[in-house]
Amino acid sequence: MPDAAPVRMTGIVKDFTGVRALDGVDLALRPGEIHAVMGENGAGKSTLIKVLTGVHGHDAGEILLDGEPVRFSGPKAAQAAGISTVYQEVNLTENLSVAENLLAGREPRLGPFINFRAMRRRATELLDGIGVDLNVAAPLGAYSIAVQQLVAIARAVDIEAKVLILDEPTSSLDRDEVEVLLGVMRRLAADGTALVFISHFLDQVYAVADRMTVLRNGALVGEWATADLPQNALIGHMLGREAAALEQIERTAAAHHVADGEPLVEAVGLGRKGSIAPYDLTVRRGEVVGLAGLLGSGRTETARLIAGADRADSGSLRFAGRRVGGHNPRTAAARGIAFCPENRKTEGLVGDLTVAENMILAMQASRGWARSVPPARRDKLVAAFIDKLGIRPADPDMPVRNLSGGNQQKVLLARWMLVEPKLLILDEPTRGIDVGAKADIQRLVAELSADGMAVLFVSAELDEVTRLSDRIAVLRDRELIAVLEAEADLTSEHIVDTIVAGGREP
Amino acid sequence: MTAPTLTARPTRSKLFDGLTRYVPIGATIGLLAALYLGGVANYPNFDNPQVVAKLFIDNAPLLVVAVGMTFVILSGGIDLSVGSVMAFATMACAWLTVDAGVAAPLATVLVLAFGTAWGLLVGAVIHYFHVQPFIATLVGLFLFRGLTLQISATDVSMREIGFFQWGMTHVDFGEVRDGGFWLPYLSFVAFAVVAVAFVVLHYTRFGRGVYAVGGSETSALLMGLPVARTKIGVYAISGCCAALAGVLAAFATKSANPLANVGTELDAIAAVVIGGTLLTGGAGFVLGTVAGVMVWGMLNTLIAFQGNLSSWWARIVMGALLLAFILLQRVLARSGEKRRT
Repeated sequence: MPDAAPVRMTGIVKDFTGVRALDGVDLALRPGEIHAVMGENGAGKSTLIKVLTGVHGHDAGEILLDGEPVRFSGPKAAQAAGISTVYQEVNLTENLSVAENLLAGREPRLGPFINFRAMRRRATELLDGIGVDLNVAAPLGAYSIAVQQLVAIARAVDIEAKVLILDEPTSSLDRDEVEVLLGVMRRLAADGTALVFISHFLDQVYAVADRMTVLRNGALVGEWATADLPQNALIGHMLGREAAALEQIERTAAAHHVADGEPLVEAVGLGRKGSIAPYDLTVRRGEVVGLAGLLGSGRTETARLIAGADRADSGSLRFAGRRVGGHNPRTAAARGIAFCPENRKTEGLVGDLTVAENMILAMQASRGWARSVPPARRDKLVAAFIDKLGIRPADPDMPVRNLSGGNQQKVLLARWMLVEPKLLILDEPTRGIDVGAKADIQRLVAELSADGMAVLFVSAELDEVTRLSDRIAVLRDRELIAVLEAEADLTSEHIVDTIVAGGREP
Repeated sequence: MTAPTLTARPTRSKLFDGLTRYVPIGATIGLLAALYLGGVANYPNFDNPQVVAKLFIDNAPLLVVAVGMTFVILSGGIDLSVGSVMAFATMACAWLTVDAGVAAPLATVLVLAFGTAWGLLVGAVIHYFHVQPFIATLVGLFLFRGLTLQISATDVSMREIGFFQWGMTHVDFGEVRDGGFWLPYLSFVAFAVVAVAFVVLHYTRFGRGVYAVGGSETSALLMGLPVARTKIGVYAISGCCAALAGVLAAFATKSANPLANVGTELDAIAAVVIGGTLLTGGAGFVLGTVAGVMVWGMLNTLIAFQGNLSSWWARIVMGALLLAFILLQRVLARSGEKRRT
């Protein structure tokens, strides 16, 4: 019997300079089927798609297209072979008309000249084919992002796509627009196209996907028919359980007796429209509060409001007993709030400066530019922190961009520890770093809280959150749904259950 | 399962969008009319058709350069080398015909080919080495000014070459005294360039590709458009136009001045912007550029009629206009963004 799958990837391995992004992943796409690729951030979804479309080459395994092994040189070659991709960002030009965007490069012509009449007719037919009716002569920019996304899909379909990959196409759409897009997807599947759907909105995935492949940390967890995989099982597969590779962090006894500590942060009804629903959250001195939830659940947004990185439009925030007004990163730092953002490369470290220079930045900023830190003092402090955090290579004059992710994260931590903040906010401090550095950072967080620092800890890894936190705030769909006390028997399954139950009737 | 058909109307009405798109060029034409009527009201003989015809005689080379610049700016680039390339082309014509004894038609073809080749080279450098257009074409600005001066530091006359008499040959449209006017052949060359540019930009894949690249280069690439060919092509067109403008200048003056056309690249950029083309690329019209060049010519004409003003006033006014038009573009762009969200 011939292989029913036009595209079959088996045992795909992809390494990025020492980090294994994909480790033996299989993916089979069948005509007329919508296949969701699921996984948390960094699970390898994007890398898998990029390998399939030829953006990255793979290091092992093979891609079979209609039974023949292939290796695409780039998106254009993949497109020629019938594999089209629609990205989260609409990759069309707003200044040209809808018809021109649909047919750019393939315009019907009369001699050397474009036949605009034929082009408009063809464009109308194409849009008709996916059930969209637009004025094709109007500039694309005159339509909403959702409609632009549909035009991008129509364009991809016109390139006789056997396989259509939709990478987070719905993240900027509202509910009605999503419905239309999902309808178009079903229509294309009914016409025999194989679709790949990547989305972190579980409801949408369950609404259209026939089959799911789940990835975690670059490895294949499994493939299921949607009907056989209940939502809580999927979340469990996506978040997984961290292997016992991490050392257990022994919490000092002191850290557990913080329930009576005085509150440092008191957020009441704090929220921001379109970002996070109003929430109440208290962080006490010497306490680690974890923020847990799926990607896009509002973990980072919650932390950013307290850090002053985003402006709240409702509620109030008290810090160290005093009401905080006009909160911004600068005043936050002055109050003793340190914020290590999620994206350390673009929002934290200055790659071309050395380890020492990066560490000293926040301290220098708090002193004002006129009073430089004396070199001797600086060297002593930097050496002490390199030693304390185990930064490798232990060279203060090394440009930061040459360090591994874990060591970069440690430099960022050292920067804030130098100013001795009252509250340390860590957004995904352990993402994409190796196990050893992860353990170092977790140990450090435990030590800091034992010394009386309050820590707000955001992490996608539930095991990490449960291990470190005294209390865990659970988020779902941009809403804080529960705050769990960390008891000895609290496990990541409890959090998963809370997330699953959170959006439904109890 | 069939999904319902989605009927979406543009979030801005088509009429309104059309208007937004034409506001800058409408402003330019309004300005042009105001300048002309102001001249007619204030100066005797300003209503003579030859006043308008003269715009296309004096500014024919600038018009050709500005058309080439329109391609480059539409694609999101800039070409600073055109003034020097133009001076070099004039000087090369003189040197080839007067000193080297090459037949004038052949010399003209050589010069045009050279300008195009230079454009291809600069375009390739910009595209393949990701050099900023500003820097890459600045190289040309210095290089060709130096080469021009190297050929001759003084004026070279081409009066003896019969071929260069062709450009100023008249076509008469009635007697000037009786309200007629005349135009030389070189103006018609400029008109032909405008017409070809208009057709190429609006009715060919290459032309639409220029708009697409100017709208978003990454998108154009992901849409599978020939971005390399388009980007290199616009600089080749600009180089060819600059060389042609140099030849037209040779026709007009029948001499080559090594210090001619200093700053012409900036006049051309100003004309393109005042003609309604966005400096960020992707939007504009070649006919707008014609209007932009006419505004520049009209300012000079007004100053000539006034008689007691320094010719620098044309530049001062041009500077003010440029500022006004750039701000107008920003305001329109911003209101467009607002409407969409």
